[in-house]
Amino acid sequence: MSEAVYQMPESLKHVVTHYCAGCGHGIVQRLIGEIVDELGIRERTVGIAPVGCAVLGYDYFNFDVSEAAHGRTPAVATGMKRARPDLIVFSYQGDGDLAAIGTAEIIHAGNRGENITVIFVNNGVYGMTGGQMAPTTLVGQVTKTTPRGRMVEDVGAPLKVPEMLAVCDRTAFLARCALNSPKHIRDAKRALKKAFQYQVDGKGFSLVEFLSPCPTYWGVEPLEALKWIDEKVLPEYPLGVMKDAPAQAEGA
Amino acid sequence: MARTESGVRGERAQSARSHDERVLMCGNEAMAEAAIRAGCRYYFGYPITPQNEVTAYMAQRMPEVGGVFLQSESELAAVNMVFGAAAVGARAMTSSSSPGISLKQEGISYLAGCELPAVIANVMRGGPGLGSIGPSQSDYFQATRGGGHGDYRHVVLAPATVQELVDLTIEAFDVADRYRNPVLVLSDGVLGQMMEPVVIPEHPETHEPPKPWALTGCKGREPNWIKSLYLDVNELERHNAKLQAKYAQMERDEVRYDTLRIEDADVVLVAFGMVARICRSVVRVLRERGVRAGLFRPIAVWPFPYEALRATRGRARVYLVVEMNAGQMVEDVRLAIEGRRPVEFYGRTGGVVMTVEEVVVEVEKLLAKEGVS
Repeated sequence: MSEAVYQMPESLKHVVTHYCAGCGHGIVQRLIGEIVDELGIRERTVGIAPVGCAVLGYDYFNFDVSEAAHGRTPAVATGMKRARPDLIVFSYQGDGDLAAIGTAEIIHAGNRGENITVIFVNNGVYGMTGGQMAPTTLVGQVTKTTPRGRMVEDVGAPLKVPEMLAVCDRTAFLARCALNSPKHIRDAKRALKKAFQYQVDGKGFSLVEFLSPCPTYWGVEPLEALKWIDEKVLPEYPLGVMKDAPAQAEGA
Repeated sequence: MARTESGVRGERAQSARSHDERVLMCGNEAMAEAAIRAGCRYYFGYPITPQNEVTAYMAQRMPEVGGVFLQSESELAAVNMVFGAAAVGARAMTSSSSPGISLKQEGISYLAGCELPAVIANVMRGGPGLGSIGPSQSDYFQATRGGGHGDYRHVVLAPATVQELVDLTIEAFDVADRYRNPVLVLSDGVLGQMMEPVVIPEHPETHEPPKPWALTGCKGREPNWIKSLYLDVNELERHNAKLQAKYAQMERDEVRYDTLRIEDADVVLVAFGMVARICRSVVRVLRERGVRAGLFRPIAVWPFPYEALRATRGRARVYLVVEMNAGQMVEDVRLAIEGRRPVEFYGRTGGVVMTVEEVVVEVEKLLAKEGVS
């Protein structure tokens, strides 16, 4: 008697993605697919794909998906959730989309405590447009638009999104995870599942940041990119749960 | 094609609504209430003068009817919240005034590209830049040419009275749903602020079609998607062809205009919105002075009533286009008249409203110049 122990989630389409070798997006989308299946919410889930590498999200998810203008994803999610509170709405965004052009939208969606889940994929560069500096690019990191390395004096320091949102009273759950090892990926799934569960339970705004490899625009081999996260990214971006307001409320 | 002789529209509307109460309301509030009566339950907006009565009214009323009012962090956010509500199948609206409408253009382009119905109202003020808070019509180009990027069009309804603002706002939701396309209601600072007696039908005739394309969760069906991205150029060309076919149908079916005494007119004034009201008085004064004047008023400024206006040139000898801008609709009038008759322009800018006498003098000068007595 054989038993399937690993298979494609129903929430993902059986298609080949366009992502580069060693990219983290495929892992994040797999986690979303598994979680949506496990929570049994596929038939009431609506995803929103950003402008950036994940723009073709609607080709990969096997549930309703919309596009959104660059950075406006949290506003689109707000409109959806306000009109149809019974839907499970998530916003999928990269670092340029969320932390640069969409800064106003993410802060205010968080500050209002919109009952949505935000998936924030931080690989420190703009991938779709060819590897330019993002607000999250590491200090000294060479990109297409920082040929001499990111200089703090010139363009500021890496932006810490969950920490920034933690000061907003109405944000419920904020966490940062990494995608560079099986352990980190298991932790990431646990955090993301909690974020979706909180939305199902009406607990409010949650955001999970994923430190994700981009071998193509870091200019390294895929395996080296995983090490790069340990050595260079984690010292700048500490992992962990920055805020879990519902758990704190229960503990209090 | 809807053609109405002046006054007929109003009388018919009134008799059909004998049960509905006549109230005194400012244009902005009447428009907001009309949207609610049309079934709009989701309004997202941001403060800007002279449309602040809309947000205040929606903030008060939406919770009373089980709807949502949300003050957004920006005009960008507001139009994208409308995008989200429209994507899940709801009737949604936002409004603003000129500088804020510029910010909404990104979202309007996406609404058109993604084929989502929505109603956007522009209570125009003087520009460019921050301009003034006085009334203006200087967003005509932006409104009728598609202020955002890409080849798209949308119906633009330009009411001249508070009653018409109500009627056209209700109609705007139907037009938006019919074509799965945004519709712009083009008001201005005077119309938005002025109080007039108005009948807002309790249960207006409105038709909201089923929306099987909406993102309502994929229970019992294949997943839906809403998108305007087609990376394959041939696929995008096919998408554009589909959109253009829709716009062509709008050009056939959504023309709306009104005329006043043009049958024997030597001089035809062409004006829309508030300025058309001033021009009605101009026609009356000129007729009293023995001048055969008439008025042609586009009610929809896109699609523009080119054919109907062209048909008037057999009798008319000269046209005067009057606008609260530096000359925008005059270009459409010249396209309609095709150089067969002189088309002159008179306008005020910056938020200044012209007087009746001012326009009368312009007409008299024009008639003298053209040798029409």
